[in-house]
Amino acid sequence: MPYLLFLCTEAATSSFSLSSAQQHPIEIYLGVLLKSVTVSMLSIDPSKKNSFQRFISDGDLVIVYERHDNMKAVKVKKGSELQNRFGVFKHSDWIGKPFGSKVLSSKGGFVYILAPTPELWTLVLSHRTQILYIADISFVISYLEIVPGCVVLESGTGSGSLTTSLARAVAPSGHVHTFDFHEQRAGLARDDFERNGLSNLVTVAVRDIQGEGFPDEFQGIIDSVFLDLPQPWLAIPSAARMLKQDGVICSFSPCIEQVQRSCEALRSNFTDVRTFEVLLRTYEIQEGRIQSSDGDESYRRITHTRRKRQCISSEDNGENTDKATSIPTVMARPCQEARGHTGYLTFARLNCQ
Amino acid sequence: MAGELVGGHQTSSVNPRITWEGCSVLLDINDGDRLVFARLSPAATLKIGDKKCSLRPLIGCPFGSLFRVETGPNGPYLERCVHSSSSGANDMGVQEGGDRQLESESKDNRALIDNNSAQNLSSEDIDAMRRDGATGDEIVEALIANSSTYENKTVFSQEKYKRRKQKKYAPKVLLRRPFTRSICEAYFKKYPNRIGFLRIDTLSLLLSFANISAYSDVLLVDMVGGLLTGAVAERLGGTGYVCNTYFGGTSHSLDIARIFNFSSEFDSRIVQASYSHLCSAESLDEEGSKMHEIDHPAGIQSIIGRESSTKCVPSTGSTQIQEAQSLRNDNSSLDEELGNTKENLSSGQEGLHENNATITYKAVNPGKQASPDAIKMWKEKGFNSLIVAAPELEVDSIVQKLIPLLSYSAPFAIYHQFLQVI
Repeated sequence: MPYLLFLCTEAATSSFSLSSAQQHPIEIYLGVLLKSVTVSMLSIDPSKKNSFQRFISDGDLVIVYERHDNMKAVKVKKGSELQNRFGVFKHSDWIGKPFGSKVLSSKGGFVYILAPTPELWTLVLSHRTQILYIADISFVISYLEIVPGCVVLESGTGSGSLTTSLARAVAPSGHVHTFDFHEQRAGLARDDFERNGLSNLVTVAVRDIQGEGFPDEFQGIIDSVFLDLPQPWLAIPSAARMLKQDGVICSFSPCIEQVQRSCEALRSNFTDVRTFEVLLRTYEIQEGRIQSSDGDESYRRITHTRRKRQCISSEDNGENTDKATSIPTVMARPCQEARGHTGYLTFARLNCQ
Repeated sequence: MAGELVGGHQTSSVNPRITWEGCSVLLDINDGDRLVFARLSPAATLKIGDKKCSLRPLIGCPFGSLFRVETGPNGPYLERCVHSSSSGANDMGVQEGGDRQLESESKDNRALIDNNSAQNLSSEDIDAMRRDGATGDEIVEALIANSSTYENKTVFSQEKYKRRKQKKYAPKVLLRRPFTRSICEAYFKKYPNRIGFLRIDTLSLLLSFANISAYSDVLLVDMVGGLLTGAVAERLGGTGYVCNTYFGGTSHSLDIARIFNFSSEFDSRIVQASYSHLCSAESLDEEGSKMHEIDHPAGIQSIIGRESSTKCVPSTGSTQIQEAQSLRNDNSSLDEELGNTKENLSSGQEGLHENNATITYKAVNPGKQASPDAIKMWKEKGFNSLIVAAPELEVDSIVQKLIPLLSYSAPFAIYHQFLQVI
């Protein structure tokens, strides 16, 4: 069975020990950056797009990256500080630097400051409910055939993880209407979208879709519908009324019994019903060296090199004698804690009349 | 293809749902048995079994419409039919299956003898029925009625029988819209080697991780026939740019991108530029590639490039995606049509082949050379993302060369079948 490799590489940027002469190019650009334009999660406005000429400014949302599994979203505010196990970071130090920079703390530790993307947002957002992760999100967006200009319905909103990616997919001319029956969570999601610059692409409403169905105003104009509900079969007839011909619906359910009932409900108006499960296997990579042991050619050992910086140039291997030959090799193994089953994704297309 | 304003949102201009003359379509014959890409030119035909039908009835119909092959006075033709009948029958079958649970327990195949005598209708009878104008469904029902063993089959087995007869005597043709999903699935099923075994879920992960959205400038190395280019262009929605780069003199084939039914606006966004063009007269040269670092004891790999000594090196917080699969034997036939199953002979000539040379109208031609203005803009601003899908190339050196062209904190994603090409 084919498997996917997912590894995170971190890139160092301007190391802090740039000489002053080399820092001049940054200072020149600082003058150009007149008003503080907030970087939005999406580059919908071309003037706000991330580029060589775009630097971190006061009010931007950034992602502070410590490790591939440890990051958080921070709003840059002059005078504020960030404290973590690496030390104290002053926000003012970040302003004017390019995104992706490595920044130092008071005691010499460092983190990276990255530009926000929907993928990073999914990893840093506050979980008010269980969220969808990148493997499911990317598959859903492809399979629902969402492109710029589409109008999409979603229920429930939850923490807005999928919604953020939907917004990116429909930008700049489409729209996402998302519904949640929990008023407080809907409000928090609305605030998040506002903060991330997505308010003109996403509308959050409080509504019990299972009980009431989708609002009539959307009948026949919807390109795709996404359901993440405990009893999606109750919402499927309404979804069928909303969709255009050949529009696509997706229902996400953790349990196969839910999938079964949903499929039965889909049979009357939909065709091409397919259920998937998407699992992402991540690998960790190490460089190792295969060494033949001194004199004895009957077996070879593999050693791991775990040092931080690896030089490709030949090096003294320390304990081995000069008879030993060592061949660098790549070693990959699945991560010990891979994310398992999240849910089944059931897709279907609305019949043509 | 005109857009309508509904509820304040522009619809349909980027997402047409009705076929038009000259558009390309994906024909799904008999529920995925056979997949054919075609262009709906007036003279286009489709051959199913031994019947050749004109594709003209398909023009002007919504995508998702179902057609049946029927026999008429002028020969076989495609007639549009409604979905509901087939699904209704299935429902009945399922319900009755529940009622007859006890009966079906005693049904098995002990009484079946394979001597070809179970069916009472002969092929001449069937031909006669056809000449009399019987529909495919009627023929299937007659076959069922004349089968001596049908009643003794389980419900499941009866369904199977019915479906098999339907495929032969009443074949269905489903009109599908060529979209990233359907194109990728069709190619993955039939000619996976042409797309480097790139499966739709991997492709969707590539698009997600590289943060492809409207107004992005995307740098691609697309050696999977243009599928990736088309997918990215779709997500860009006619904004931004897709720049396909290549090393050496010749650009890569982007044929699959032609199937997407892009308007000229979308097409103009797809450009090509050789790597040397992108780098010419640039001061980025001395930067070389970047330095990746582990600061995590679990042993994430590090790649060291040349040390950069000048201005800030662009950095990326990013992920690499690869997919490993065992090599499959590919019988890549030279026939352009997808899905030559054994019982179907090669398709009819006109309009069926992808990239048909006889198509004279609407020469969609993605992949013009990038203008010098665009190249200049990319040098100034940097690309927003990079995707590399080059099954035949050694990836490491390519990536090191391309990353300096990316803007700061830009994501990149790399696809390869084999794990070792990291």
